[in-house]
Amino acid sequence: MKFLVCISKAPDTTTKIAFTDNNTKFNNDKVVFIVNPYDEWYALVRALELKEKLGGTVTVINVGATDCDAIIRKALAIGADDAVRIDAEPIDAMFVAKQIAQYVKANAYDLVLCGKETIDYNGSEVGGMIAGLLDWGYVSLASSLELNGDLATLNREIAGGYETVVVKTPFVLSAAKGMAEARIPNMRGIMAARTKPVAVVPVFACENYTTILSYELPKEKTGVKLVSPDNVDELVSLLHNEAKVI
Amino acid sequence: MADKIIKQALKGGEFLIRESSSADTFIPEEFNEEQKMMAQMAEDFIDSEVLPVNEQIDHQEEGLMIKLMNKAGELGLLGATIPEEYGGFGKDFITGTLLTEKIGAGGSFAVACAAHTGIGTLPILYFGNEEQRKKYIPKLSTGEMKAAYCLTEPGSGSDALAAKTNAKLSADGKYYLLNGQKMWITNGGFADVFIVFAKIDGEKFTGFIVEANSEGLTRGEEEKKMGIKGSSTRQIFFQDVKVPVENLLGEIGKGHLIAFNILNIGRLKLCAAAMGATKRMATISVEYATQREQFKHKISDFGAIKYKLAEQAIKIFTVESAMYRASKQIEEKAHDLIGSGLEYPKALMGAAEEFAIECAILKVYGSEMLDYVVDEAVQIHGGLGFSEEYTPARAYRDSRINRIFEGTNEINRLLTVDMLLKRAMKGQLDLMTPAMSIQKELMSIPDFSSEDEAPYATQRKQISNMKKGILMVAGAAVQKLMMALEGEQELLMNIANMISESYLCESLLLRVMKMNEIGIASAEHNDILNVNFHDAADRFHFEGRNALSSFAEGDELRMMLLGLKRFSKTEIINTKDCRRRIAARLIDANKYCF
Ligand SMILES: Cc1cc2nc3c(=O)[nH]c(=O)nc-3n(C[C@H](O)[C@H](O)[C@H](O)COP(=O)(O)OP(=O)(O)OC[C@H]3O[C@@H](n4cnc5c(N)ncnc54)[C@H](O)[C@@H]3O)c2cc1C
Repeated sequence: MKFLVCISKAPDTTTKIAFTDNNTKFNNDKVVFIVNPYDEWYALVRALELKEKLGGTVTVINVGATDCDAIIRKALAIGADDAVRIDAEPIDAMFVAKQIAQYVKANAYDLVLCGKETIDYNGSEVGGMIAGLLDWGYVSLASSLELNGDLATLNREIAGGYETVVVKTPFVLSAAKGMAEARIPNMRGIMAARTKPVAVVPVFACENYTTILSYELPKEKTGVKLVSPDNVDELVSLLHNEAKVI
Repeated sequence: MADKIIKQALKGGEFLIRESSSADTFIPEEFNEEQKMMAQMAEDFIDSEVLPVNEQIDHQEEGLMIKLMNKAGELGLLGATIPEEYGGFGKDFITGTLLTEKIGAGGSFAVACAAHTGIGTLPILYFGNEEQRKKYIPKLSTGEMKAAYCLTEPGSGSDALAAKTNAKLSADGKYYLLNGQKMWITNGGFADVFIVFAKIDGEKFTGFIVEANSEGLTRGEEEKKMGIKGSSTRQIFFQDVKVPVENLLGEIGKGHLIAFNILNIGRLKLCAAAMGATKRMATISVEYATQREQFKHKISDFGAIKYKLAEQAIKIFTVESAMYRASKQIEEKAHDLIGSGLEYPKALMGAAEEFAIECAILKVYGSEMLDYVVDEAVQIHGGLGFSEEYTPARAYRDSRINRIFEGTNEINRLLTVDMLLKRAMKGQLDLMTPAMSIQKELMSIPDFSSEDEAPYATQRKQISNMKKGILMVAGAAVQKLMMALEGEQELLMNIANMISESYLCESLLLRVMKMNEIGIASAEHNDILNVNFHDAADRFHFEGRNALSSFAEGDELRMMLLGLKRFSKTEIINTKDCRRRIAARLIDANKYCF
């Protein structure tokens, strides 16, 4: 079984978000980037578990510039066999999906795994787009995955519960919480990461559909006002005059 | 002097009489990607596996500590710096310091881990013969076996060589019979291997490797401790324990070499562990201060709190500069020694011995930094700081041991001066020539020559002055008191503190200079530098004055006090504004961020 896991870099969750160039660019300065947790904890680790059980290879693929090398090596340290980096700044979901789909077309894989979303733009689009471009099946928000020959059984999160689906490989999935548990790479893995192959692939030229006009931070949350329970009048007046919701 | 460029690396203790360059100084900003990844791994392990079960660890839940140490072993954390031929990962000393720092945030677990990987494992690695190493080290480096170190006894703590545990060779010459009692043994409750110091025939102080299942070895009850409650600490009793002669460690009568050399590395490692614990608490304090409101303000808006936040950062950043500077020097020295034919473990031990003075300083200032930060953490948390339901209380209790073990801070301060003077006496360190020229300088008119324009010239001048001040005070004390100096501990403490202040200031300066050279020094890094230099000058002067007035008088005292004043000179700056800027950075990042 050949697994391909899509990984992207995302700012560490404690990052202070700021913008530059008249609010048209995200300010990278001093930002620590990590492997997007949904990609790492769930998609990658489940692929590794299945490889350990059934055999095969796990390749990670990233669309990004050299500043992604560190997160690629982290994925290799956790246990991926090799990596592919498509040498381009990721512009939007369609751009990324086209790059990955193009690579998959030229290199046979049985299963493509993505995280359910990245924790920066939370687009949740790349997986579905890859599947569309490849004309493969797509299972989103999968919280479990078992393989039996070319049949895969997955649980999907749905409102109030989950549904179980069976799909034939090849297909694309997006992994959600529950699919696996985060793995801490060990010393051996970290040291081996340096010697594992990373193929740098030139960008596949394609049309670009989006441009960023501007970014904006959410309005600062104002403080909480405490109103004593026997002072309903004050509450009503605040809701009416200040919050303007009634 | 100046035209003769000295290429040779700085020797241990030599910081006092030679200048260092920022280019030769390693700074933590230079960790490579692999080191960072390993550090992250250790941090993730502590955060996800250890801290969530801290409460259970503190209650010594059956088997939990062993389980966690096994996990650390699986990750490779117990064997990171053990050579690959003995089943480790062969990582360098700096990586070892970094991993110790990260694990250091783990409270009782960190103590268990440090005792195992440090004083437990290293005696066999450094002093064991090939068979002993092959037999024990691979298992210690995976955690399959756990180790403990038995030096202290009820009657001998600081005075470790006064141990009473006795070893006697059997009639057939096959084993030693061990009798005695050890106390305060970390990991005593579960260790499989004990490094035990005993006197052969009541005289020759010698190390032994003793397996836990030896007949006649019993473990006492768990000690009820103030802090690090989760760390197992017990007495170990030896009653006619048969130790095969093959388990004698090192040479007969040379146990003190093992005991003391292991402690050199142990002291730097203690500083590293304290660093991890300190940074964690500093972050927790910032987080609390930016969230707690009183008088309609976040308490981090108040100057009194900003002062504390900034002071924590100043201490951390300063000690950290010295700790990684020394780690790199030890690593480099070890490579030199390998070049001269030593194998790595022996070379590393020799290197740590060379930098024993620096290690002692780091032990003292690392443990006192942690104590300051946990104390202020309690204060910043107010009443909650006093509650056992919040982190500061445990951190406060856990911190306190660090000033006691691995040589009390008193012993380490005494050692700092003692080792320096011994090296001078042996001719390894020429303190006399510079001390004499300072005597001359004292008699001459002060140097009012125009200020040097080079970056950080005033700070460099201050360092060079501090060193002069130390040589003046120590030189005069030696001349005046000679052998009686040993009995004047108050004075020795003053001198130790002066030496440490100059060492820490210099390390801080070298780091900020290097950061400045590579373009990563911020205004706040310079604030840290400036405040520390400003305040260190006062502390330095205070120690010097107390030292001088304890043995000199009249004109001689007056002249030296004037000299001291000259040598404690610093630029007066607005420390309040500097601290506010430092605090602002911490508050903005909502964590320790330097
Ligand atoms: C939790 C814990 C874990 C420990 N783990 C281990 C371990 O794993 N293995 C091990 O062998 N030991 C261990 N120890 C022992 C520890 O190293 C000793 O407690 C320490 O060295 C001090 O010895 P002491 O307790 O006998 O104090 P003492 O030596 O009696 O000291 C009492 C006081 O007198 C001062 N003092 C002593 N001598 C002098 C002097 N010459 N000049 C000036 N002041 C002096 C000391 O600084 C101290 O303030 C541990 C201790 C504790 C509490």
